[in-house]
Amino acid sequence: MTSQTSQALRINKVQLSLLEELTNANGVSGDESEVREIIRKKVAPFADEIKVDAMGNLLVIKHAQTPGAMRVMVDAHMDEVGFMIVDQDGDGLFEFVQVGGGDERQFISKAVVVGRQKLPGVIGYKPIHLTEKKERDQRISMESLRIDLGPAGKDQAKRGDFVAYATRFRCSGDTIFAKALDDRLGCATLIELLKTVPQNIEFLASFSTQEEIGLRGAKVAAYDFEPQVVIAVDSTPAYDFSRPDGSENTQYNCKLRGGPAIYLADRGTLSDPRLVRFITNVAEEKKIPYQYRQPGGGGTNAGALHLTRGGIPAVSISIPGRYAHSAVMIASVSDWQNTLQLLHDALANLSPAVLEEERP
Amino acid sequence: MKTLLKKLTETPSPSGYESAIREVIRAEISSLSSDIKVDALGNLIVTIGKKTDKGKKVMVDAHMDEIGFMVSHVEKNGLVRFSNLGTLLPRYMSGGRVKFLNGVRGIVNCDRTEEHHTIPTLEKHYIDVGAGSDKDCPVSIGSVGVFDEPFVDLGKRVAAKALDNRASCAVLIETMRRISSTPHELVFVFSAQEETQTRGATTAAYAIEPDLSIAVDTTPSLDILGVKMQVDLGKGPAIKLRDTGMLADPKVVAWMEKTAKKAKIPYQLEVLDVGTTNARAIQVSKAGMPSGVLSIPCRHVHSPSEIVDMDDLQNAADLLTALLCDRIDLS
Repeated sequence: MTSQTSQALRINKVQLSLLEELTNANGVSGDESEVREIIRKKVAPFADEIKVDAMGNLLVIKHAQTPGAMRVMVDAHMDEVGFMIVDQDGDGLFEFVQVGGGDERQFISKAVVVGRQKLPGVIGYKPIHLTEKKERDQRISMESLRIDLGPAGKDQAKRGDFVAYATRFRCSGDTIFAKALDDRLGCATLIELLKTVPQNIEFLASFSTQEEIGLRGAKVAAYDFEPQVVIAVDSTPAYDFSRPDGSENTQYNCKLRGGPAIYLADRGTLSDPRLVRFITNVAEEKKIPYQYRQPGGGGTNAGALHLTRGGIPAVSISIPGRYAHSAVMIASVSDWQNTLQLLHDALANLSPAVLEEERP
Repeated sequence: MKTLLKKLTETPSPSGYESAIREVIRAEISSLSSDIKVDALGNLIVTIGKKTDKGKKVMVDAHMDEIGFMVSHVEKNGLVRFSNLGTLLPRYMSGGRVKFLNGVRGIVNCDRTEEHHTIPTLEKHYIDVGAGSDKDCPVSIGSVGVFDEPFVDLGKRVAAKALDNRASCAVLIETMRRISSTPHELVFVFSAQEETQTRGATTAAYAIEPDLSIAVDTTPSLDILGVKMQVDLGKGPAIKLRDTGMLADPKVVAWMEKTAKKAKIPYQLEVLDVGTTNARAIQVSKAGMPSGVLSIPCRHVHSPSEIVDMDDLQNAADLLTALLCDRIDLS
């Protein structure tokens, strides 16, 4: 494989501050506009075409400089898991539901922000009847949780207001602490790719909505683009802790600092083996650390994208993260940098030859 | 058809990795059509006939993938952990033989847990390829494989793995060989990734835009507990009325029944409580189309040793040929 020379991409202050802005912004599934506007401003100088479709997906095109170029779509989702206000239940206390799939056991005592005005609140415990000691020792169910805006919060929120975690971005050495790294890391990566995309591909960037509630933005995002290849960039959990009994951890999914995680199979997609092989070859040749994400559960937007129209060869590449769908996620700067570099080099070397042979 | 069926069932091709069976099928039908293509998901699409004035564009689908597994981890002691490609039932795993696409062979067994009498989940199963450690293991994360059982001729019936759905592939191939003239454009799709949520058929139907579709698939016979309406081996192919994923178009059912009666082909009517087929996806492609299913009764579906009756396959091919060669009247 002849190898295109490509730039060495780095995660520096500019990229970290971009990620900070993206993760601090709120974009619970269905309410992505704040995040979308940040992204639109960042990509406008590099884009040839920008549009927002009916589902709120931000679709960006950077044209190729060569005729007959391959149409390559790269997708990252803008939305994060969060909550929605249902009804007031006392002065400043609000019943709520989840948006997306967080772990109920982790909600209590989390700081949140409510609605467009971003009112501060806390998820607290309101017993729906007098609590016996026995009950206090048990798991608290969602019915007993309330978002508390404080007494002055009376009537300040209403049904339908979106609620996000109040987490602020922090970076300490190689470790990033933020909410919504799933998938603002993907969004930040896609923005960086737009800045440096090679001239021989027609680059179709999709910042999609509502992934967390069933890949809903992705169901339509590829329809107009009609790409020949689609790559989803997401974040995937690293469960690589050692086991308490000392036995081997066989279900780690991926490893933090193991590099970009290339998907082989998940609940929604069987990665196109030609793309897996191609990206592996790029990583080997460019000496970029990488790993294979374990096959099994979970999914990315590729699950919807690859079934668009007559089908599209697809693969997902994720940045490892811990504590997905919770108030604070952790990721490694070096994993992010290696993922960005791998994607850039893959795009630089992508050609129709990669898909010439039939799918194995 | 037995020789063909043996060749088809003994070709290892799990969901997502169908190229081997695609090549075997392509070799069988390449002389029958000049319009053969392979799409993005690996579906093999073969067109026979041209649509005449009163004809229709008919999609005839049989999935060519089989259930299998993918390696998720090789332990330090050389044991191989795996994830499923399609529905692998734990009760059919321990004690079985498997084969990887790279030729490596192994056996399946499971961890010993405290509940001795219950079969543990797939995560507690492993494949032993005879490796002493992860350093000398000839498979690694991402390696794929299938059950490893030879085809057995039991006389009127046969036993093999992957009769779901190679039996239907054989029926399609046999039908394609017999069609001499037809007023229709017949698009035969040997589809990929059915066992993983009917993906190949979803995209194939979109691109083909048929007027009408028939999916051919195996259907459980007798041994599934709780199935209220069962089809029996040897009583003919089944015309599906309903399964858990779709309702067959009554006009298509009526057409299939009428054709079978006229040609004196034995058949059964099928109502299924467990499982579905590619027809579920094809029926609602784009603006939708009349859809039906022709089922091959099959015992022990998704086990390493399934059983079909060769008369059922012969009758299925007879019926399919009769359906596709004459005018289609869906009134």
